[in-house]
Amino acid sequence: MLKYSFRKVGQSLLLAMGVLILAFAMVRMTGDPASLMMSRNASAEEREAFREVMGFNRPVLVQFGDWITHVFMGDFGDSLHFREPALPLVLQRLPATIRLAATGLAFAILIGIPLGLIAGFRANSLVDFFGRLIALLGQSIPNFWLGLILILIFAQRLGWFPVFGADKPESVVLPAFVLSLPVMGELLRLTRSAALEVRNEDFVRTAFSKGLHRYAIYIQHVLPNVAISLVSVIGVEFGYMLGGSIYIETVFAWPGMGQLVGQALGWRDFPLVQTIVVFTSLVVLGLNLLTDLIYALIDPRIRHGK
Amino acid sequence: MASILKVKNLVTKFHTVDGVVNAVNDVSFLLEDGETLAIVGESGSGKSVSMMSIMGLLPMPPAKVEGGQALFNSKDGPVDLIQLPYEAMSDIRGGQIGFVFQDPGTSLNPILTIGKQISETLIRHLGISGREAKDKTVSLLAEVGIPDPTLRFDAFPFQLSGGMRQRVMIAIAVACAPRIVIADEPTTALDVTIQAQIVNLFKELRVKMGVSTIWITHDLGLVAGLADRVLVMYAGQILESAQVDELYENPKHPYTIGLLGALPRLDTQESKRLVSIDGTPPDSTILIHHCPFAWRCAHAFERCWNEKPALTTVGEKHTVACFYAMEEGR
Repeated sequence: MLKYSFRKVGQSLLLAMGVLILAFAMVRMTGDPASLMMSRNASAEEREAFREVMGFNRPVLVQFGDWITHVFMGDFGDSLHFREPALPLVLQRLPATIRLAATGLAFAILIGIPLGLIAGFRANSLVDFFGRLIALLGQSIPNFWLGLILILIFAQRLGWFPVFGADKPESVVLPAFVLSLPVMGELLRLTRSAALEVRNEDFVRTAFSKGLHRYAIYIQHVLPNVAISLVSVIGVEFGYMLGGSIYIETVFAWPGMGQLVGQALGWRDFPLVQTIVVFTSLVVLGLNLLTDLIYALIDPRIRHGK
Repeated sequence: MASILKVKNLVTKFHTVDGVVNAVNDVSFLLEDGETLAIVGESGSGKSVSMMSIMGLLPMPPAKVEGGQALFNSKDGPVDLIQLPYEAMSDIRGGQIGFVFQDPGTSLNPILTIGKQISETLIRHLGISGREAKDKTVSLLAEVGIPDPTLRFDAFPFQLSGGMRQRVMIAIAVACAPRIVIADEPTTALDVTIQAQIVNLFKELRVKMGVSTIWITHDLGLVAGLADRVLVMYAGQILESAQVDELYENPKHPYTIGLLGALPRLDTQESKRLVSIDGTPPDSTILIHHCPFAWRCAHAFERCWNEKPALTTVGEKHTVACFYAMEEGR
């Protein structure tokens, strides 16, 4: 377990280094960073001055060394738009995004996995049909459209939830539901097919032959084996959700990272975008590492290096 | 001897997209108290399916038990296993009837410790605490010949050899002192040396616990030293049933004779060619109204093609379903 953990942590660190290099290269390799970041009608003198201020006229390696040292000290540079450090701006948005993503993930897990299990064990039943319908709709309906429709019905007509914003506890319900739907669909499908597969394994027959109760078999014998494939998907999807959704946060005026990305791109606020990219990537890397470790906790064969 | 399990006219079919598969066609037999009964037949003869039908372990659908009874002399009096609702059935499974399956590599849950897999049966049926179940599991592990049982309690299946895993399966099967153990080809997936060890373990446990055993196998050589009585199955039917010595010395059905002829022997003087039975078993999607072995039988005559022979007594505890054998015996 220790050896496995060390290896995974090591891999993650290497990947993090790769992410930093990419994020740095992204600005330099797509052309002249000065013209990328400045408006089109800026004069040549203005550009030159900008280059001087940002240090773009120094050798690339020097720039990289300078940037990486600052990153390690938590300084991602200043936002061009706000004229203040970018990292605190991103961190400010983090709680709202975490709240949205965590609620969305909870919806997806709490609805998707039980429905998938029942659908898998009772293939072609009513629950199965209903479940597959949700999966299909969840994965095919465009989320910005669904968001608008839900606002129209549940916020406008019925008045159950606020139309936009994040200032009430129930504000999170509609955007989180929209955010969760594709993931719910994916988890449902995956659970269903994994349950269908595991159900026919010899060891499930053994569990039945021991006279265990049906639900004891589902929960203790089938679910942990299904969970192995679910954990990796949940990890990836949660990372994706934490990156924020530009559409959903815009539709619901949710003050999260997705909204900030949208705005930062519009403002050509490259340092801010870069900060968000690096930050989100590191979060995803961290989640992947966590997923690998949970993997080992569930499956003794991984834990014991088999 | 009193009978502990009486199976009558069992019929099981599989409803598949390719048609209805007649897996078990009107099978009746008795299991006596303390007896070891071997059910012998080639793959697809319905030997496993008939046992799984009785225990409700077949995936339904596609499988369906369409008729018959399985009267089991349970702790609370006789019950028909076929009619029993799920809850009552699961009280019997694992508690009063234990199972050992063919492949110990896949029959144990890969991510649970073997200790957990044995003790959950104990907790379920004996209603004892986890603590007590652990103690009992350790002594069970010792009993089935697993070294360092205390240490092995926390082992996962992949950390054990095939033979050890099968010992764990046996420990699960006998954990709650069942009345019957059904062993479905328990040695087929094992090395020959390990096979002998498992067979000996079964013999030991039988003496110690007095449990009745149904041993499903296609290995007639194995049966000789193990079983009291043998049923020969073919195409979902029983063709012959006899005490084990009687069957080997005086086989009646041409199929049984063929099977015994196909068995390599060490006790004959000259070296003989092994006999093989020509042809293949009939297509099980066709319901056969005559002797199912007629196609492959050298002795088949008109009657064999017109009606289905019933099991007829030809000696003490010896029955055979064959017109040729019956006429010969007359």
